[in-house]
Amino acid sequence: MATEAVKQVEDLHLVRLTKRYGDHAAVDDLSLTIPAGSFFALIGPSGCGKTTTLRMVAGLEVPTVGMIRVGDRDITALRPYKRPVNTVFQSYALFPHMDIFENVAFGLRRRGEKNVDAKVNEMLELVELTPMARRKPAQMSGGQQQRVAVARALINRPDVLLLDEPLGALDLKLRRQMQIELKRIQTEVGITFVHVTHDQEEAMTMADTIAVMNSGKIEQMGAPQEIYDTPHTAFSANFLGQSNMIPGEIVERGDVITVRAFGQVFTLAPEKLHTDSDRVIVGVRPEKLQLTREAAEVPSGRNMVAGVITDASFVGVSTQFLVAAPWGQELIAFEQNMSADDRPVVGDEVILSWEPSHTFGLDGGENLNAGIDGDLLEVGHYTATDAEAGLAPTPAVGG
Amino acid sequence: MQVPASASAVDTYLADTQMVDTPGPVSPGTGLPTKRSTPYWLLLPGMAWLAIFFVIPLVSLFSTSLQSPVSDNPDDGFYFNWDFANYSEALSRYGEQFLRSFVYAGIATFLALAIAYPLAYFIAFKGGRWKALLLVLIVAPFFASFLIRTYAWKTILADQGFVVEILNALSLLPQDRILNTPLAVITGITYNFLPFMILPLYAALDKIDPRLAEAGADLYATPFTTFRKVIWPLSLPGVVAGTLLTFIPAAGDYINAKLLGSTNDRMIGSVIDSQFIIVRDYPIASALSFLLMAAILALVFIYVRRAGTEDLL
Repeated sequence: MATEAVKQVEDLHLVRLTKRYGDHAAVDDLSLTIPAGSFFALIGPSGCGKTTTLRMVAGLEVPTVGMIRVGDRDITALRPYKRPVNTVFQSYALFPHMDIFENVAFGLRRRGEKNVDAKVNEMLELVELTPMARRKPAQMSGGQQQRVAVARALINRPDVLLLDEPLGALDLKLRRQMQIELKRIQTEVGITFVHVTHDQEEAMTMADTIAVMNSGKIEQMGAPQEIYDTPHTAFSANFLGQSNMIPGEIVERGDVITVRAFGQVFTLAPEKLHTDSDRVIVGVRPEKLQLTREAAEVPSGRNMVAGVITDASFVGVSTQFLVAAPWGQELIAFEQNMSADDRPVVGDEVILSWEPSHTFGLDGGENLNAGIDGDLLEVGHYTATDAEAGLAPTPAVGG
Repeated sequence: MQVPASASAVDTYLADTQMVDTPGPVSPGTGLPTKRSTPYWLLLPGMAWLAIFFVIPLVSLFSTSLQSPVSDNPDDGFYFNWDFANYSEALSRYGEQFLRSFVYAGIATFLALAIAYPLAYFIAFKGGRWKALLLVLIVAPFFASFLIRTYAWKTILADQGFVVEILNALSLLPQDRILNTPLAVITGITYNFLPFMILPLYAALDKIDPRLAEAGADLYATPFTTFRKVIWPLSLPGVVAGTLLTFIPAAGDYINAKLLGSTNDRMIGSVIDSQFIIVRDYPIASALSFLLMAAILALVFIYVRRAGTEDLL
């Protein structure tokens, strides 16, 4: 495999794709171009339509409206077995009555290819399963089965490889290992990978481009760092990592945007603001916050909030603090454990500060809790009711 | 549950398709001291039942098959004299009925498979929330007595019935009738044993992950190839169990031949029946019973071997 020339692949285009079940649109007018040879991740919570999108590309679901193209070829109406696309299924769907070798050879045999043995052996080597060739799937561990599933799809050299939550069934350590492995394989074979997952960390580790999906639509698309540093919606901000978000109002637009919220003033760069409205949400990632004892220690120009630590949890590389702002909102801050002494403890009064360049601005009408799992709400996220209670001058935010 | 290695392949299938609950090793209760002998005591009722109602009659049957009549009048009784000639005589007199039994049972089994497979497939993969109801509908007619249902077929297939009239109008019947022909007997057997085919097939098909069919399609297999390479091999345990459960009782059946067939369509079951009840030639009847048992065992053994049991899963 490695010795062969990298396959010439083509872009995958989804054009105004819609899938309706009754009145419910699982995928809603989705248009997307996935560049050839990229590792593309489609992420979103369960039920957002990401798996339906993938299944339409595979041909396992028929779109209600829209077109799917690979390069210039329209494959919308092709039966799944005629598409230049292969899938790694969530549950692997390995054929239990065939050994690993036959599972991997299945696609080649169906297409009547020659040198099946050589190709299968080469593929098994790529996924490091050569000694297991004659085992049945049931005799293998989850991680090994996962690699067989990848090999079985990849050996057909599809234009696009679809991965439907392929690592969901693995334990954390194995998942990390397989993420690196999959990325290595993708780089080696140069095929377009479209990876569907709800694990944002997994998406960021592997993908060149991430599309955040919500309710059948794409919320935001871009490189992982780009989406992480400059989310355009509260949903992206919350789904990809964690965010502190403070509702406020723009008081001045110049080289920097000045926002007033709860009597405090924050600044951010104009290119980080994604709304035309004056009602905005000021956001910042927890690891960008710095904890200091005295306001005097903070360099000038930084955004600042004074507060009281209400919770501190030590997680090894960092400590996660919850800091109550004067208006009652709890902000979350991750501090690296650089020194062992003089750690702030619960009840300490501290100053949180961050660079204006690390600040992003969202539309004030956004729901602050969009994209947060129910159980995460407990961990210091700001709820809409808090906003209403503590925010007399500004109208209630979100729903 | 592990099926003990010594159990026959047939048992493995039956246990697999949940038709028969194979007793597994009884594990000691958690924490409670259990006597090692407890499992054996629990086995006792079953073993006793089998000994009294299976082993003893079998030995008695075998000994009867080696007896000779005291005189021409069966009322005078029989005496035991190792008369193995009973077997050769039984075979030479009723070889034809033997052969016919296996041919009819074989055809009926094949027809039942052809009818049951699509049905079981549909229920398992497309039944959705109607699965349970559909299964009940399949089994429901069989709450009525076997005899009544077979008599019903007499009416359905009667010479003046609509089935025969329609088929005759289309000139599809070579003999102008169905009742009292082999066709009626085979139809009856197929019908009567259909649930024994459908249920194990359903159990096997229902266990197959429908995503395997999707995986087949994804890997360039047409629906037919997916069926041939994936679904069919995975359903083989059900096919083997179903064909055995149909063929074995069908080969020994005599009600269908008696009610729906002519005297030329008699199966071996009918012969054994009349030899025991009417002719009262007990040694010949016993020898026939034993031959039937041996033939079925041999056929099943060959069949299971040929089906490649070890490789099925």
